[in-house]
Amino acid sequence: MSKNKMKDISNFKGSSSYVVSRELMNSVNVAVALQKPLLIKGEPGTGKTMLAEAIAESMDKELIIWNIKSTTKAQEGLYVYDTVQRLYDSQFGEGDVSDIKKYIKLGKLGEAFTSEKQVVMLIDEIDKADLEFPNDLLWELDKMEFHIPETKETISAKQRPIVIITSNAEKELPDAFLRRCIFHYIEFPDAEKMEEIVRVHYPDIESKLLAAAMEAFYWIRDLKDVQKKPSTSELLDWLQALTLSGISVDRITTEIPFLGVLLKKNQDLDTIFDVKSRKGNTNGSYNNSGYRWR
Amino acid sequence: MFIDFFYLIRSKGLKVSINEWMTLIEALDKGLCRSSLVDFYYLCRAVVVKSEADFDKFDIAFAEFFDGVETADDIPDEVWKWLDEEIRPAEFIDALRQRFPQYELDELMKMLEERLQEQTEAHMGGNYWVGTGGTSVFGHNGYNPAGIRVGGESRHRSAVKVAGERNFRDFRQDNILDTRQFQMAFRKLRQFSSRVDAERTELDVEATVQETCDNAGLLSLVFEKPRQNTVKVLLLFDSDGSMTPYSHMCSMLFQAADKSNHFKDLKTYYFHNCIYDHLYETPNCRWGDWIDTNWVFRNLSSEYKVIIVGDASMAPSELMSRGGSNYYSHWNEEPGIEWLSKFKRHFDHVVWLNPIKQEYWEYDYGCFTIDRIGNLFPMYELTIDGLENAIKKLLVAR
Repeated sequence: MSKNKMKDISNFKGSSSYVVSRELMNSVNVAVALQKPLLIKGEPGTGKTMLAEAIAESMDKELIIWNIKSTTKAQEGLYVYDTVQRLYDSQFGEGDVSDIKKYIKLGKLGEAFTSEKQVVMLIDEIDKADLEFPNDLLWELDKMEFHIPETKETISAKQRPIVIITSNAEKELPDAFLRRCIFHYIEFPDAEKMEEIVRVHYPDIESKLLAAAMEAFYWIRDLKDVQKKPSTSELLDWLQALTLSGISVDRITTEIPFLGVLLKKNQDLDTIFDVKSRKGNTNGSYNNSGYRWR
Repeated sequence: MFIDFFYLIRSKGLKVSINEWMTLIEALDKGLCRSSLVDFYYLCRAVVVKSEADFDKFDIAFAEFFDGVETADDIPDEVWKWLDEEIRPAEFIDALRQRFPQYELDELMKMLEERLQEQTEAHMGGNYWVGTGGTSVFGHNGYNPAGIRVGGESRHRSAVKVAGERNFRDFRQDNILDTRQFQMAFRKLRQFSSRVDAERTELDVEATVQETCDNAGLLSLVFEKPRQNTVKVLLLFDSDGSMTPYSHMCSMLFQAADKSNHFKDLKTYYFHNCIYDHLYETPNCRWGDWIDTNWVFRNLSSEYKVIIVGDASMAPSELMSRGGSNYYSHWNEEPGIEWLSKFKRHFDHVVWLNPIKQEYWEYDYGCFTIDRIGNLFPMYELTIDGLENAIKKLLVAR
């Protein structure tokens, strides 16, 4: 028994396309072992959604994604009773209207519960929904079952799904909900970790190009005036743009080409141009901190 | 087990429930922390702390509780030096593992403390003293399965050290943050109701079904009014010279409130140091550019939520005396405090946001008037936390 458990908890070690920190790995394994939902927060672009994919991939399980929108109701994740269809059918005499089951459509959570094999269930960006949304799911996530009064049926999980929930921290989640979760905050990766992540995505990237790009990237992130800081996914896009264009390495730090890939706000672009033009007359030489236009 | 730790983190302001604590115990029971303090730190944090804003509080508590296990302060430099010495490769002793009792962590910590007091020299390969390569419960690269690692390889990421770094200080909610966060805070200021004057635009499924059945199966659609926010806000800014250092913050707050288009109504006025007969329509507070304060009382109903932003710092006479207003030699018949009391009497919900940090309220130049005004209105710091608390106050019944 205990040996089995140990195997369980050391299951997740990251995957070939996802670099995972030790802390995150621990959190995932703790959540799996304790059978509790794992709540993931972090800056946009730190790979919250990808984590669920990586877990599903490395544990060889199916991934079910439930994307939350501001109008999503908890009920939709369980099942939808298509009353209007039934009404129309009854009016036009189509099909067997007395079979209510036909008009019950399971939502994503219902799908996960009824799956024969254990699945990974991703509830993406839960904070987008109404404040009451997480609370409406307390029982379902706790007991992994729900009742359909229309058919007097109880749907309970055949295999407890591994539940991953992501949040962008746009709203505070209710305490009662939080109490049932294992929590992990994905920190922004430091340069070392970032290099590892980049190498996973672009194994053949040139070291010089990468070094220059990273230097410029972290320089931009460190600028106080930049409001929307570029994140991992933007760096990856930028690297691809740089590689494809075949721009010479020197020009990366002096000109920062394709800046629009990194920065999405007009003010931020202006900030960079400002800083560049101000420092432009110092001959572009490196100062002590190793950056050109500081 | 660790009950003291439980109460310590609660005393640091983390809302840990018994449920979460039981979860932690269950996790320990399942061996999820693998007898390592670092793993214990992460496990404990994942289970107990539910917001990155609270990581710092947890770090402080953890460092305090496990202080003496691995902090550099408590372990003399010589000990670190012994531990830094290289050790010979481990080619033996696997069987030894079983011979050692599985100590409890707190037991170990006590032992370490005692051992450190006894120990006077470097030790390598022994089985008792703190050192490297040995089988003592303390030290690194050793063989005791229940041991506490003292320094060594994990010294850079040791749990207490990790906690001690306080990497998450920036996320503390008492920091002053940007407009987006103000906006998020304002979003909480809402009370939905469907009893508003609006078009009936939302399909009421339940009623539709009922109605259709009553109608012998012929489809009959029923609509209802949408839920809408009913909150009305009156925002009053102090734009006195003493507020200049905080003008950036005030403008962020104003923008956030202005952008929060979910209020049913938002009115903004300005005043100079304290509220008297007039409220100004622009931040410049120009002579004549004003409305009567009494107009506000006559025209705005008591359900408006009032947020007053100001440093509440002024000469006592400005607040307490007739004619105290120091502006354009304007003579006020009633003292400022009387005007403020009128606000309190007229409106059900009034809060005061003060850009001065709360810890200075008692010592600052304006401590007398801050105290007086603070007695009148609930006063909060102008930070995210303060605003959130203020908004909570605005939403609950007086």
